[in-house]
Amino acid sequence: MLQNAYQYALDNSDRILTALQQHLLLVAVPLAIGLLVGLPLGLWSARSRLISTVMLNSFNALRVIPSLAVLFLAVPVLGLSFWSAVLALTLLVMPPILISTDVAFRNISPAIREAATGMGMPPVDILKTVEVPLALPVVIAGIKTATVEVIASATLAAFVGAGGLGAFIVLGFAAYDPAILLVGAVPVALLALLAEVGLSAVQRAAQPPGVRSA
Amino acid sequence: MAKLELQNLTKAYSRDIVPVKQLNLVVEDNEFLTLVGPSGCGKSTILRLIAGLDQPTEGRVMIGDRDVSRLPPGDRNIAMVFQSYALYPHMTVRENVASGLKLRHLPVGDIQKRVQEVSGVLGLDPLLDRKPAKLSGGQRQRVALARALVRNPDVFLLDEPLSNLDALLREQVRADLKQIFADQKSPIVYVTHDQTEAMTLSTKVAVLNNGYLQQLGHPHDIYKTPANRFVASFIGSPQMNLITLSRTGNTVALGDFSIPLPIGIQAASVVLGIRPEHLRLPREGDMHTVSGQVFLVENLGMHDLVSLRVQGDPTLTLRALLPADAAWSKENLQLALPPESIHWFDDETEQRLG
Ligand SMILES: Nc1ncnc2c1ncn2[C@@H]1O[C@H](COP(=O)(O)OP(=O)(O)OP(=O)(O)O)[C@@H](O)[C@H]1O
Ligand SMILES: [Mg+2]
Repeated sequence: MLQNAYQYALDNSDRILTALQQHLLLVAVPLAIGLLVGLPLGLWSARSRLISTVMLNSFNALRVIPSLAVLFLAVPVLGLSFWSAVLALTLLVMPPILISTDVAFRNISPAIREAATGMGMPPVDILKTVEVPLALPVVIAGIKTATVEVIASATLAAFVGAGGLGAFIVLGFAAYDPAILLVGAVPVALLALLAEVGLSAVQRAAQPPGVRSA
Repeated sequence: MAKLELQNLTKAYSRDIVPVKQLNLVVEDNEFLTLVGPSGCGKSTILRLIAGLDQPTEGRVMIGDRDVSRLPPGDRNIAMVFQSYALYPHMTVRENVASGLKLRHLPVGDIQKRVQEVSGVLGLDPLLDRKPAKLSGGQRQRVALARALVRNPDVFLLDEPLSNLDALLREQVRADLKQIFADQKSPIVYVTHDQTEAMTLSTKVAVLNNGYLQQLGHPHDIYKTPANRFVASFIGSPQMNLITLSRTGNTVALGDFSIPLPIGIQAASVVLGIRPEHLRLPREGDMHTVSGQVFLVENLGMHDLVSLRVQGDPTLTLRALLPADAAWSKENLQLALPPESIHWFDDETEQRLG
């Protein structure tokens, strides 16, 4: 069967490449939006109990809705398109980024922030030189979770015609051909693995020696 | 250099929580003021108001001739050392110490030089490249101190900086502190629970209770002439004997023993205070003595702390610090009360009399 899959891959290498590109775009765009929105929101919610309660609860509630359901709910609005998939996937990456940012900044000992203030450090410098370095490992852990999740879930985009490696899986199912299915599934698994390993390394690098992770 | 002045300073967190009330204080250059008082009396709050970490409800904080009450902490040029040290865990010792200088946008060379100076004084040279997690408590304490010293601030604030150290180390660091701060010109405000620290380090002590300043003075004066009953009981260890007595004519009766009141005392009911270290065995010519039954002897090393029930009134007890070279237990003991060591307080107002 592996041989079949290999043969299929060789025969369709240009299609796979396009699908891979689509898939990466389906990962990158939601992730970029998620970071752009999630990091500042997470920081804000770490500073305010009210915002935190509202935000974390609503995103946790959203999380209960399966991505597939979001995907299909987006279709009537945005049509069978790339953007429907992006919307669904953005909603997916938001909670881990938001929650980890919130937790990371919230867990910094108030005494440390206070010491910096007491020593005359302005808030912007405190954020830059004290809080961000201390929060970074936990934030990266959240980004890692989000990335791995979105790589896996981007396969679902094929159901709304947004392409990606999921297209082969859909095709494989439809044609009862596990070989085609593998051509979609193996690269997805490899991508997820790559993201996991790569971001773990980044996380370790950001973790200053001797500092306990939260 | 600049003197620190608190004018009518009040902080209310809510209607019921008012830890600082109408506080007036001046700390001049070269002065070392220690704030002492029971837990929750507002010591840390006062430091936070000076530092700008909290805003006063009323009153002003003056540094030099500047009213800094409304300025953010960064514009006050203060340095603060916290009980928890609060070092930056992701920075090396060198970076921690330098962090206070970087803000001033000094040239790197100057920063390095200043860090070297301070780390030399505090013996941090071998530790400069370590992270705080790899330091002992005493070493962390020194880094926190270095981080403050390096700034050459207008005012130093220290909140129980030694309280996380064990007794032995505390004694050693206390001695070091005294030397280090002897060279500092800026006013220092120091908070402690430890009376020995207050007595040995300070040029001035402020005793606080319930948010009010009870007494402000040289440590020796506070020990010698406590302004009220609270100060008398709070300063000095073991605690002063404080006995409420009602007067008959110009004397009070301490059990079977009559003790004359100083002239001019009007109060109907008075509190007699005498420190355990001032009660002693009678000598020829002692005017006032009491005797009683010893019921407890606590060995404190050089001294025994002897508790006795005063003859004639078993509810009255006195504690005396006596040489440890005799066996005091079960003895019927006679003690002299030197008149110059007796403190009198009004039972009602609790203020010092005479
Ligand atoms: N942010 C706050 N909100 C409300 N009340 C507070 C706040 N900070 C302190 N308090 C209260 O103010 C009072 C004084 O607190 P403070 O920390 O100044 O005491 P302290 O003298 O430093 O005590 P300790 O010796 O235990 O450190 C306490 O009753 C405390 O509960
Ligand atoms: Mg305190």
